[in-house]
Amino acid sequence: MAYQAALRVWRGDHGQGDLTPYTVEVNEGEVVLDVLHRLQASQANDLAIRWNCKAGKCGSCSMEINGRPRLACMTRMSTFAEDEVLTITPLRTFPVIRDLVTDVSFNYAKARQIPSFTPDPSVGLGEFRMQQVDVQRSQEFRKCIECYLCQNVCHVIRDHPENERPFAGPRFLMRIAELEMHPADTADRRDIAQDDFGLGYCNITKCCTEVCPEHIKITDNALIPMKERVAGRKYDPVVWLGSKISRRPRSAGTPKVPGKQT
Amino acid sequence: MTQTTDAPAKTRAQISQKTLRTDPWWRSPGITAVLLAIWVIYATVHVFIGHYYWVPQYHYLTPFYSPCVSGECVPGSSSLGVWIGSLPPIIPYAFVSLPFVLGFRLSCYYYRRAYYRAFWRAPAACAVREPHAKYTGETRFPLLGQNLHRYFFWAAVLVGILLTYDVAQAFRGPNGNFGLGLGTLIMLANVILVWGYTLGCHSCRHITAGRLNNFSKHPVRYWIWTRVSWLNARHMQFAWASLGTLMLTDLYIWLVAAGVFNDPRIFN
Repeated sequence: MAYQAALRVWRGDHGQGDLTPYTVEVNEGEVVLDVLHRLQASQANDLAIRWNCKAGKCGSCSMEINGRPRLACMTRMSTFAEDEVLTITPLRTFPVIRDLVTDVSFNYAKARQIPSFTPDPSVGLGEFRMQQVDVQRSQEFRKCIECYLCQNVCHVIRDHPENERPFAGPRFLMRIAELEMHPADTADRRDIAQDDFGLGYCNITKCCTEVCPEHIKITDNALIPMKERVAGRKYDPVVWLGSKISRRPRSAGTPKVPGKQT
Repeated sequence: MTQTTDAPAKTRAQISQKTLRTDPWWRSPGITAVLLAIWVIYATVHVFIGHYYWVPQYHYLTPFYSPCVSGECVPGSSSLGVWIGSLPPIIPYAFVSLPFVLGFRLSCYYYRRAYYRAFWRAPAACAVREPHAKYTGETRFPLLGQNLHRYFFWAAVLVGILLTYDVAQAFRGPNGNFGLGLGTLIMLANVILVWGYTLGCHSCRHITAGRLNNFSKHPVRYWIWTRVSWLNARHMQFAWASLGTLMLTDLYIWLVAAGVFNDPRIFN
């Protein structure tokens, strides 16, 4: 059954704007993005929305619906009461370009800073072999669609913009974990994870995991294992003593962070 | 000549509300805070009372007093012997184990999430603005010390072995032969849950095989890792369940030792 839904949509640009009320028709089986498209087509032709696949795979339509970071294309209208007022705002962590579209270039800048995959140069092309169990942990992280909901919800930068420089955010700490766990990667990324990408800022409150539309266990499978590896490298006195008396093998070199001034 | 102007500075959406969430986001941290506070107050009271921790007929020793190493411990309750003559009242009888058990739970990745949310409100819930002006996370002292969780894990393993020994003792009846009572079953359930919590710890997961990059070269360690990962996925449930049974076990032994009721015996 169709019904009329009450919406409050954040309209504005350059950070200045307000919540504009609308009433829009909703039909059975629709998602929030459908309703926003109807709003755009019928009442607010200049409403800016970023979207692409409508299938939860491109990560474009990230926004906040009733204060919760979600993909508009994966949020069914049936999860809300018909008399509930829906408040729709842009991602709060990133600068607004216009209406519901934000500038997520912060994430691209962080991605560029991560030293790339570093295989053993002595292994020739086509010679490396690995088994499924060796890469299955990394494969979980490859499900990421880069919707940046985890980056948006992480309070380290959401509530403290001054931490944007030292902290890379869960998505990119997960990328470091993916490379660190990779059986063919020879670089030791534990130092830079802590010193350059701010792993220590994470207090594992798991909001990144809660909002992930791909249900990646970011905290349990990437961030905490990475914290344990960093603890072994930097904070474990027994490991430190073992390395001093040469009872533990020396780790591979730490790669340089591109663009970092030394 | 074409004139250009700089693009206006882009800023975040200026929204004054702390959150626009309409669901009861405050409920979970509130419940967590109340439950943890109840547990801490109860445990603090009983570890300093110094009575009603040992049931001599059935060899029940509460986990809050294990190991009882003070000379003031009730005869029979000192499974590891007497280490020190007497203690000032501010030091609990189980001073050997309690700091490590407390440290293990305090530095546990699950409990960190729970108390950062419930008490420190950093954040209280996802997408709810935290009240602090500055945030440095676990980059500085004292929170940098959370990285020592692995050492508390090893201490917790030793305490787990001790609690297992205490349960084995509880399978003895009044005449020293095999016996079984409701208290035995409660202690057994407690120690099983304590082991489930201890072995599902993230540090244990790292130590067993999580630190390796080639599982295929270490099949035994990988198999252990899969078992630990199963427990780890339920770490929150084990954390709360074992916290509850620790309190229940202590309360049960407290009441039986105080003579409030007799332990129902199933055998001997």
